Order: sequence, then structure tokens, then C-alpha cells
Amino acid sequence: MVEEEGFRRYVAHIILWIGIAIVAFPVYIAIIASTQENALIANGQMSLLPGGHFFEVYYQTIFVGTTGSTREPVGTMMLNSLVMALMIAVGKIAISIISAYAIVYFRFPFRMPIFWLIFITLMLPVEVRIYPTYKIVADLHMLDSYAGLALPLIASATATLLFRQFFMTVPDELLEASRIDGAGPFRFFWDTLLPLSRTNMAALFVILFILGWNQYLWPLLITTRDDMQTIQIGIRKMITTSDALTEWPLVMATAVLAMLPPVFVVVVMQKLFVRGLVETEK
Amino acid sequence: MQKQAIFQTKLLPYALVAPQLAIVLIFFYWPALQAVIQSFLLQDAFGLSTSFVWFENYVDLFKDGAYFEAIVRTFFFSFAIAVSSLSFALLLAVMADKPLRGSMLYRTLLIWPYAVAPPVVGVLWIFMLHPSLGVLSRYLRDMGVDWNPLLNGNQAASLIILAAAWKQISYNFLFFLAGLQSIPKSVLEAAAIDGARPMRRFWTVTFPLLSPTIFFLLVVNIVYAFFDTFGIIDTMTRGGPGKSTETLVYKVYTEGLLGGNLGSSAAQSVILMIMVVALTAIQFRFVERKVTY
Repeated sequence: MVEEEGFRRYVAHIILWIGIAIVAFPVYIAIIASTQENALIANGQMSLLPGGHFFEVYYQTIFVGTTGSTREPVGTMMLNSLVMALMIAVGKIAISIISAYAIVYFRFPFRMPIFWLIFITLMLPVEVRIYPTYKIVADLHMLDSYAGLALPLIASATATLLFRQFFMTVPDELLEASRIDGAGPFRFFWDTLLPLSRTNMAALFVILFILGWNQYLWPLLITTRDDMQTIQIGIRKMITTSDALTEWPLVMATAVLAMLPPVFVVVVMQKLFVRGLVETEK
Repeated sequence: MQKQAIFQTKLLPYALVAPQLAIVLIFFYWPALQAVIQSFLLQDAFGLSTSFVWFENYVDLFKDGAYFEAIVRTFFFSFAIAVSSLSFALLLAVMADKPLRGSMLYRTLLIWPYAVAPPVVGVLWIFMLHPSLGVLSRYLRDMGVDWNPLLNGNQAASLIILAAAWKQISYNFLFFLAGLQSIPKSVLEAAAIDGARPMRRFWTVTFPLLSPTIFFLLVVNIVYAFFDTFGIIDTMTRGGPGKSTETLVYKVYTEGLLGGNLGSSAAQSVILMIMVVALTAIQFRFVERKVTY
């Protein structure tokens, strides 16, 4: 800026590095702990430098599981989390884009009431309807199933709103042109609208995948079988048993594995992530 | 705004909205309605008969000191989390907004905690500050602090606030940075020419221009503290010790888990619904205004 002296810049660099250190420290500790012996950690003697048990700890975590509480290998949990996250992200995008298409490109009775019905779900997060929703999922025999994990979370007011706004900005001439080419509603959607929506879909996907992967309260309620557990639930069960029995290196390895996919997505697809975050909050 | 070019097909639009509509009706409106109805009913101790009791469940809740305490606690947590996370994120964003070398790297290194799930955040922090094995607890004890968040309610509460604020730094940072970058540099240069020092420029120019962002983030952070802290609380303290970290959402969850009073649990859900509606309304009113600027 105007009279920005070198000194102020140094201060800025230092403050930013302190901020990064604060943000990264808990994760550093988790990674370190996941390479050490449980006995050392349990005694409060944990070293702040990496230990030599990286491979055996991660092997046991992913393929064998803890000896105590969960007994399910974390590999299975990660697979469950992945299936749930993909179902939520893809499901939300798919049903939102077609409802937005109907609302923008068709005139039909109850068009706006339907739009409002979808919109108002914004105010009904799962936390305020926990047990009645649980009861419905139980009545539909969907406990301990992927459908039960994903379906009740799959409606999306924000995604519908986003696609609606985007379709509004698509010039009418495109529809005219494809009509002249003899395209019906399906062809227009598939050949014109979908390709145009690619960036929006990708940005949404990044956000929704993270959201899906990180679900906690809902899977906690509806999964009882160990082999249907997601990784977020598994990690909680690992520290349920009395402290003395908790296998901390495995718990920390699970924490690292639980962070890895969403953090990877944020770092690698940063542009899409930022775009998706800003768009969905509007 | 209306589209001019539209399709005339009669049934297709219904087929297109059907999947979303079905999910919304079955998994959103039906349970919400159940909660509202249930909140006006009272079951006898054996679950054999139910009677319509108007607002008795609500009245009972507000007469119950524990519920009132949970409300106060939730608001206190929200406020503490929002203020600490927002102020730290603002400091970092102001620094990152300067024309520094490596500013993209700084952004990357600061935004990734957004992706860490709340239960994992809880596990990370309880591990660092665990009374017997936490690496930071050692230093606290060396400093003479009698640190035991598993027994001391105030310490447990501050641990929850710390962990929840930590997770939210990246989100706030990102939106503050975007807000700062949209402030025209010419305004700041004008203030500088008028002789305003950097600190003064920040408080008299930047901060007021940033107020829409601050207000927006305040609402988002409160919503976050109300609902998304569930995972953090559940892995760290389970609402304890005593009830010192039990928020409204956590209370609904634990009481429902124990079975117990259906009417009261439903009434608590309805009160939460009203709070979300209020917060969302505030957020939208405000966003609307920002758009018409």
C-alpha cells in the first residue's frame, strides 16, 4: 500500500506463520502420535518427534482394527464413508438440477408452491427433527443401510437455488436455437444445459462431498452394525472404552485417515472449493 | 425475472420435481410435523394413553431450570466461539490481504481445517489437552494450573469453545479475505493521503466497509455453534462433566436416547426449529440488502 514499509511486512509474515502454526499444531500432534507406541503415549511421555511405528500402526488401523471396542478395520469404515459421501453429493446434485430445470423451463400448476416447499427445508436441518426422522427411517426398514444413511439428507435447497439462478442467466436464444434443430426438453437439457453447468456442478460437488464425508449425528443414530459404521462414528467408539484401554496411536491414525480425503479435496481443488463455498452461502 | 422461452409439456415437469419433492415430504416435512404434533401431546408413564395438553410441555420446559440453563449456555458458547474465531480470522485476513510474497501459499495453509469433521476436531483437541496424557497438559501443569477438563466444568467449556473456534478460523478467514479484497484500494489511498495512519485507516475505513461481511459471518458462526458443535462435544465431553457442556442440540439427543418424555423432546425440537427460522430470516434479510446496494 501507500507507505508500507518493510517492517510492517515482516510483522505480517510472522503473524501469518504463527496463525498457520496454531492451525496445524493439533494435526501435527495427531500424525506424530500415530507413529508411536501406545505405552509411551498412555504414560504422558509422548515425544514431539515422529516415532518408528508408522507402517505397523497404519496397517493395523486400515486392515485389522482395534483389539477392543470396534474390532472393525478402518478400511471398511472409509469405504462406508466414501459410499455415503458420494451418494449424498451426487444425489443432491442430480435431484436439484432436474427440479431447477422444471421450475425454470416449464410452466405448471403449483410451480411456485413446490419451489417454496424445497426452499423452506433450509430451515429444517437434521438436528431439529432427529427422532421423528429416525422413526420414519426405521419404519421404512432402512436402518443400517446406505439408503438410510444418504436418502434423508439428499434434498438440497441451496443446490436447487443455485441451479435455478444459473439457469436464469442462460440466454433464451440457446433454447430457441436448439428448438429449431428439433430438440425436445430432454435433448436441450442433456446437450446444452448440462455441459454449461459443468463448473457449477463441480464446485457444488466439492462442497457436498466434504459435507457428506463429515456427517456425524445422522450416521450415529441409524447405524448399529459395526460393518455399516462410517469413519467418524468409528473414531468415537474407539475412545469410548476407559482411557487406559484406548489405543491412541490407532485412534490418531484413524483421525488422520478421516481428515485425508476432504483435506486433499480442499487443497487440490482449491479454486472449485472456494467458488462452491461462496456460491452456496449466497 | 421470468424466462420467455419455455416448454409446454404437461407431465414432464412433475416427473422432474418428483424425486426431490418425495424426499422433502417424507424426510423433512413429515417428521417436522410429527414433532409439532407430539409437542402438544402428553403420554402417561406407561405409554398407554396420550392426551392433548396444549402448551403444557413448553410451559414445563421453561419452568425447568435445567432447560433455561442450557439455553443460556448455548448462547454463551455461540457468542464466545463467534467472537474468538472471528477476531483471530480477521487478524490473519488483514495480514494476508497485504501484497506479500507467497500470499497464495498462506491462503492454502490456512483454509484446509474447514475440511476437518467436528468429531475429529474433538478427538484432536482432547488428545492434546487430556488431563493424564495430553502434550499440552504437561505445560499447563508445570505452570501451576490444576488442569482437568474431565472433572472441571469451566475447563471443559473453555476446551469446547477453543476447539470449535479453531475449526471455524478457516471459514471466517476465507470470507474476510474476500471481503477485504472487494474494498476499493482508492478509498484507502485517499485516507492515507489525508494523513490517516494504518491503524486509524483500519478502524475508520476498512472495518465499517467490512461490516456486512462481519454481520453475515456472525450469523453463520452462531448457526455453526448451535448445530455443528454436536460432534465436537460428543467426542470430547459428552455434555459433561455434570451438564457443563450440554448445548440445546446435545440435550435433545441425550434425552431422546434415554427414551423418557416424548412430548418434552418434541417441544425442544420445535423450539430449535423456531430458532433456525429466526436466524435464517435474519441472514436472508441482510443478504437481500447487500444485493441491492
